[in-house]
Amino acid sequence: MSFGPSVIGWFADPAHWSGNGGVPHRLLEHIMFSAISTLVAMLVALPLGVALGHYGRFGNAAINVSNVGRAIPSFAILVLAFQVFGLGNYPAYVALVLLAIPPMLTNSYIGVRDVDAEVRDAARGMGMRGGRVLRDVELPLALPLIMAGIRTSAVQVVATATLAAIIAGGGLGRFIIDGLAQQKQETVFAGAVLVAGLAIVVELALSGLEQLVTPRGLRLKVIPERPAEEPTLANVA
Amino acid sequence: MTLPYLDRTDPWIRWDWFWRHVPDFEARVIEHIELTVIAVVIGLVIALPLALVAFRWRALRNPFLAIGGVLYTIPSLALFAFLIPFTGLTVLTSEIGLVSYTILILLRNIVVGLEGVPAEVRDAARGMGYRPAVQLVRIDIPLATPAILAGLRIATVTTIGLVTVTALIGQGGLGQLINAGLIQDFKTPLVVGTVLSVALALIADLGLAAIERAVTPWARLPAA
Repeated sequence: MSFGPSVIGWFADPAHWSGNGGVPHRLLEHIMFSAISTLVAMLVALPLGVALGHYGRFGNAAINVSNVGRAIPSFAILVLAFQVFGLGNYPAYVALVLLAIPPMLTNSYIGVRDVDAEVRDAARGMGMRGGRVLRDVELPLALPLIMAGIRTSAVQVVATATLAAIIAGGGLGRFIIDGLAQQKQETVFAGAVLVAGLAIVVELALSGLEQLVTPRGLRLKVIPERPAEEPTLANVA
Repeated sequence: MTLPYLDRTDPWIRWDWFWRHVPDFEARVIEHIELTVIAVVIGLVIALPLALVAFRWRALRNPFLAIGGVLYTIPSLALFAFLIPFTGLTVLTSEIGLVSYTILILLRNIVVGLEGVPAEVRDAARGMGYRPAVQLVRIDIPLATPAILAGLRIATVTTIGLVTVTALIGQGGLGQLINAGLIQDFKTPLVVGTVLSVALALIADLGLAAIERAVTPWARLPAA
């Protein structure tokens, strides 16, 4: 079977490395797509989740809404966005932002809510006001969980941006979707290699960042794992 | 793929078309459930022994979970694309992809669940003369059941969503309706496919949650 060499041949072909359809350009498109969508979703989800956790109200309602939202397949969200907004990059952005919100919202809410009541009490006893408790106590303690939410969302967005090629112009998904349509298996496979590589790099980079921003006092003990509530594993696109 | 033309006059649902295609919807729902059940059952059959190995031989625990975590980040479309040269556009391709994700979810949850069994309980079991294998079956696995079932819930709901993606490689269950909505630029199948797929996910979630409560009566006792 000459499949292996043909994939290598695909990567060795200089035609696949230049111009608008080339690997660097598609990779850049994919990264731009993912980065912008994740940032916009952060601006929406993080302040909301942190506020809900801090004030301790309406949080469960927000979580339930976002859990039901998560039951909608990302494939369906993309096609729905296409039906509402038409073909192109803009509907893909809408879909990606919507998909990125739930994990960050859930994690920032739970992270702030679950700060030890005694720690909060001590902070108030030391004379801190609400804003200061939030800034100096709750946020640092919630940071690892918030970062985990950002990582989950970002990886999910990178994955779904691949699917977005069915309605949008660019990104690495183009290689897979076009390869499937033209029955060019080496293109499909090369696209898969690139997409998987990017997703793994993003995952590893953000887990590294997660370790880095964890306050030193929290690194000492093992943070208990919560398989049921941990949203990390409920997201594949 | 020829890019579809967007018809803005098309209503969200056309009931005449809907009623004529109810048998088709039934077939898609059944196909969707089949693809999901096969993936979750095979995933459980593979993940359980792997988790027991990782639990028994501690040195394997972190490598297993780390490899699983990295594989888990591979986007589903890419995973299916990797398999196409070898297994083609077949059910087998879909199932290998779907099973991989259920294994990764279940492996993690089962290992974490087994580790959650209190050390005193294990100690007491040893003190009562349980051999390791008997202790695993009679003590560890029953006490890890809530975590295992929680993993099963996540795996099932995730798989129901992922099955729709397999429409792009010729399977898909309800995903075929969503895909038809895209290719034919016709909203009715898209809406029906999405609503039914969300309904399946919610029913599965609530159903498994009910089973979880039924088989773990001790979890309902008020904390002493």
